[in-house]
Amino acid sequence: MEGPESAMAVVAGLRTPENVTCVLPRGTMFARGLKRKCWDGDEDVEGAPAAPSYSLQRQSLLDMSLVKLQLCHTLVEPNLCRSVLIANTVRQIQEEMTQDGAWQLPAPPVAGRGPLDHLVSTEILCRAAWEQQGQRPAPDLPSELPGALGAPAPGSAQSCIWEADSSRGHRGSFPKSLDQIFETLESRAPSPVEGLFADAGGPYYDLDAVLTGMVGGKSGPGGGDGLQALAPAGAPPPSASCKRDLGELDHVVEILVET
Amino acid sequence: MKCFSRYLPYIFRPPNTILSSSCHTEADIISTVEFNHTGELLATGDKGGRVVIFQREQESKNQVHRRGEYNVYSTFQSHEPEFDYLKSLEIEEKINKIRWLPQQNAAYFLLSTNDKTVKLWKVSERDKRPEGYNLKDEEGRLRDPATITTLRVPVLRPMDLMVEATPRRVFANAHTYHINSISVNSDYETYMSADDLRINLWNFEITNQSFNIVDIKPANMEELTEVITAAEFHPHHCNTFVYSSSKGTIRLCDMRASALCDRHTKFFEEPEDPSNRSFFSEIISSISDVKFSHSGRYIMTRDYLTVKVWDLNMESRPIETYQVHDYLRSKLCSLYENDCIFDKFECVWNGSDSVIMTGSYNNFFRMFDRNTKRDVTLEASRENSKPRAILKPRKVCVGGKRRKDEISVDSLDFSKKILHTAWHPSENIIAVAATNNLYIFQDKVN
Repeated sequence: MEGPESAMAVVAGLRTPENVTCVLPRGTMFARGLKRKCWDGDEDVEGAPAAPSYSLQRQSLLDMSLVKLQLCHTLVEPNLCRSVLIANTVRQIQEEMTQDGAWQLPAPPVAGRGPLDHLVSTEILCRAAWEQQGQRPAPDLPSELPGALGAPAPGSAQSCIWEADSSRGHRGSFPKSLDQIFETLESRAPSPVEGLFADAGGPYYDLDAVLTGMVGGKSGPGGGDGLQALAPAGAPPPSASCKRDLGELDHVVEILVET
Repeated sequence: MKCFSRYLPYIFRPPNTILSSSCHTEADIISTVEFNHTGELLATGDKGGRVVIFQREQESKNQVHRRGEYNVYSTFQSHEPEFDYLKSLEIEEKINKIRWLPQQNAAYFLLSTNDKTVKLWKVSERDKRPEGYNLKDEEGRLRDPATITTLRVPVLRPMDLMVEATPRRVFANAHTYHINSISVNSDYETYMSADDLRINLWNFEITNQSFNIVDIKPANMEELTEVITAAEFHPHHCNTFVYSSSKGTIRLCDMRASALCDRHTKFFEEPEDPSNRSFFSEIISSISDVKFSHSGRYIMTRDYLTVKVWDLNMESRPIETYQVHDYLRSKLCSLYENDCIFDKFECVWNGSDSVIMTGSYNNFFRMFDRNTKRDVTLEASRENSKPRAILKPRKVCVGGKRRKDEISVDSLDFSKKILHTAWHPSENIIAVAATNNLYIFQDKVN
């Protein structure tokens, strides 16, 4: 069905947690006195250090842009022109970051890890806590996972999303649009749903991220192993069955109730 | 007070009354303003889907000095909110554009559009009504034929003037994306409607078909990087139209060349200034409005910080560039954060194409005289507009010492934006929409 897919894809797809601040890097140079997230002009702010470095400003702009692309809670179709302009801005920033080497690309992905893409996409956004500590994933994880964990949080979130894309066959070139992220979200089986729950800190998950995992249907066979590595010990392995889906639904409800 | 008649050919006066709705709700925000071809009527559309038409009162011999003022002529609900069940999305009833048709008989016709549907409205007056029907009584009830003993001819008797608006055509289901422009062709038989990715050509008489004349939707939506932002037909050549894009380009197309005008005849783009390059360069280059001059020789485009005039015969760069509010250039990040950078300002020509006007923030609007190169900033606000007084020019202080009447950039109110303005086709009368208020300014009478 034809439709403003790109805009709708954004609605269906990328959702950072409600608590947006968890996506911003801790320990940034934005002191408390800064009245805006931006650094416009030569505004003199009490207690603030000298204007943030270019790379930090750039990172902040990237964060802001990603947040803007979220279209939560709107009933009206989002403005396509605005979405396209923001997406182009994100692309520009990332291209520049790549040229600067500020973009850490992980090793080439292993073939056959396709079904996990969408897991990565949503999970990374929920992994703010991990990113702060710069933890590395377990070795047998697909390389789409936060290989760039060393970079500041949103950067790593974004890099992993792009990485997920590149593993799908666009390797070496930048994804053309954020729609590619969301295609992975929509098209893949939700086998790694448990992974979403693995790090069940309430504020890091919102209903939409969870439900996105629910939408696709049954799990795939390849999803289990990677999941096991992601989830803490004790999470049940996914099985392709309706009962499991219902179980997930219960799990979702549990989490919602807890939060 | 300084007299600016030396700088601009006219001075504007505030009206006796500022036309506004009694209670300010979101629905009252004016979303489009348009004079008709004679300037006798002025139509406004708002976020609530209503159209309000003002008519200029006839100048009477007794009050020569009192220029005809605009009074409400007709009000009607043009569009209603809808719900697209397939996509689970609301379709806003906000009127995006109104365009008048040239008057061909006693009635007035206009096109009004929301995001998805264009409607043709007929606005007509009724000042007589027939009386003396044979089969009906005065209240319209049917009479018992057995009681009719004589026949009479119904006669028309005068009645109080009634203005009625009726929808004559509904052009629906042709746009997947949001309609941003409509434009009536000079042949008066066709018009076009443009959305983010496509432009359709309609015949006024046919509502169940339209021709797609421009389609920039990529096969793979992931490759989408550019959208259509505005489109307009040439005022005289019925085969020519232009459309602008979010990348700051304008394409002129000739419908005689092919049925699908994906390949432009002319391509207008200004080379980028490398010294001004930033992450916001593309966003501020996005064209929010494009207008042909009345002569048809020039086009004017509005992007976030400037207004540009282009000669149709020169594609390489504009012939004139006017800075609307360059002091915002250092504030682009904040304006990006609060989404103001995506505001779509319109621009208009005066009747003789010698002056151009566009809006800004803080209820300021700007006029540029193309001949003298003078410009002025005016403000549409109740506080600063005493009736019959001359509008005082405003100035924004960019840095350093602020003079008494100046306003500093940081004090500007970005929620008060003038996006929509209109200029009378032949006289110096302007209509300025400031949120839910409509200001009509006229130049002083000599």
